[in-house]
Amino acid sequence: MLEVRGLECVRDDRLLFSDLNFSLSAGEVMQVEGPNGCGKTSLLRIVCGLRQPEEGEVLWQGESIRHNREDYYANMVYIGHLPCIKGDLTVLENVRALLDTRSLSIDATTTEAALAKVGLAGFEDVPGKALSSGQRRRILLAFVELAGAKLWILDEPLTALDVQGVALMESMILEHRAGGGSVVFTTHHGMQLDCEMRTVELSAYSHAGWQERD
Amino acid sequence: MLKAYYYLLMRDLRLAFRSRHELANPLIFFVLVVTLFPLAVSPTTEALRTMAPGVIWVSALLAVLLSLDRLFKQDFEDGSLDQLMLSPNPLVVLVLAKVTAHWFLTGLPLVLIAPLLGLFMALPAESIEVLIYSLLLGTPVLSLIGAIGVSLTVAVNRGGVLLSLIVLPLYIPVLIFGANAVDVAMDGLPVRGQLFFLAAVLALALSLAPLATAVALRITASR
Repeated sequence: MLEVRGLECVRDDRLLFSDLNFSLSAGEVMQVEGPNGCGKTSLLRIVCGLRQPEEGEVLWQGESIRHNREDYYANMVYIGHLPCIKGDLTVLENVRALLDTRSLSIDATTTEAALAKVGLAGFEDVPGKALSSGQRRRILLAFVELAGAKLWILDEPLTALDVQGVALMESMILEHRAGGGSVVFTTHHGMQLDCEMRTVELSAYSHAGWQERD
Repeated sequence: MLKAYYYLLMRDLRLAFRSRHELANPLIFFVLVVTLFPLAVSPTTEALRTMAPGVIWVSALLAVLLSLDRLFKQDFEDGSLDQLMLSPNPLVVLVLAKVTAHWFLTGLPLVLIAPLLGLFMALPAESIEVLIYSLLLGTPVLSLIGAIGVSLTVAVNRGGVLLSLIVLPLYIPVLIFGANAVDVAMDGLPVRGQLFFLAAVLALALSLAPLATAVALRITASR
């Protein structure tokens, strides 16, 4: 489904990683590991096409994502560090706005059910600025749930979430996996996933790592 | 695709109407600058008429320039811009939606208030009409070209000066032909040439600026 070939990433003249290869098929969950500043966020941004790698390419269904952006983006959802939430829009309008950019018309009951699932029932008409940062992250979880994408790319999805929030994220990932979806994620909090999980240790591909081996 | 355009346009308009003080800023700036000139220079009809086209056009241009930051700044800071770029819809269409919203919120109010300011400046009726046409054709160009500049500078802290440096040279033809059209109309000469030129620039900007903006946004995001 997703394949990464010979990726190399340079940031501010520093080589973060090079010659990184992996592939992910349907129903696989993969965690990107590594210390701060090793390029986890950069890798995820490259995989979702926001950032251009120095070398290598990312392929979706065997085709470079540069050439089939439309198909890739219809099947991929990404959440990053930033909340994507507008303080002046209500919770419901925020989810709608996120879904609208993907041209998804989802009816009100489904949307409200997803909001209830992430623990925002009763908050539909509360403006974004009145929410806590954990609640803002929960809006993103509802968005991921509703986006109906096969591939989830989650950068630190547990940030600001409480214990129930973490459990919710875990169950969402398991459910998504059971439905044949794939997930690539990073986290510094322990995620207890009760399933087979692959890991990529990013520092093994770093420049420093190469020098140590020499 | 059209739906995505419409929804994004509506979202931006809704957001703007929820924080109205920001909405009024360019308009207040425009009115203030134009009304201060007679006080500072000379209130005689003769003097007002001579400077009116230039003063109104320069104020409109600066009002748009000051409001440009709003175009992508908030979306960039809260991460919504990333989501726009990850949309299955063409980024050009989404950019065009944002620029349209920007014009509705800055250019259009300026066009609507301009006749009143034309009266303040003692412009004759027929040149007020030309002023409206010239602003109607010119302000969308200002938003479209401005979008290219903002998309390049949105990631730069305090990129305001840089933005002006990038955008102002491109604004100058619009300023010259816009102000000149009003000037010429006062002398009772035909203004078609100037207005056609503005229309041509608008057509050019409409077809090329969203493409350039989309590319510039992708470059900004890849940092």
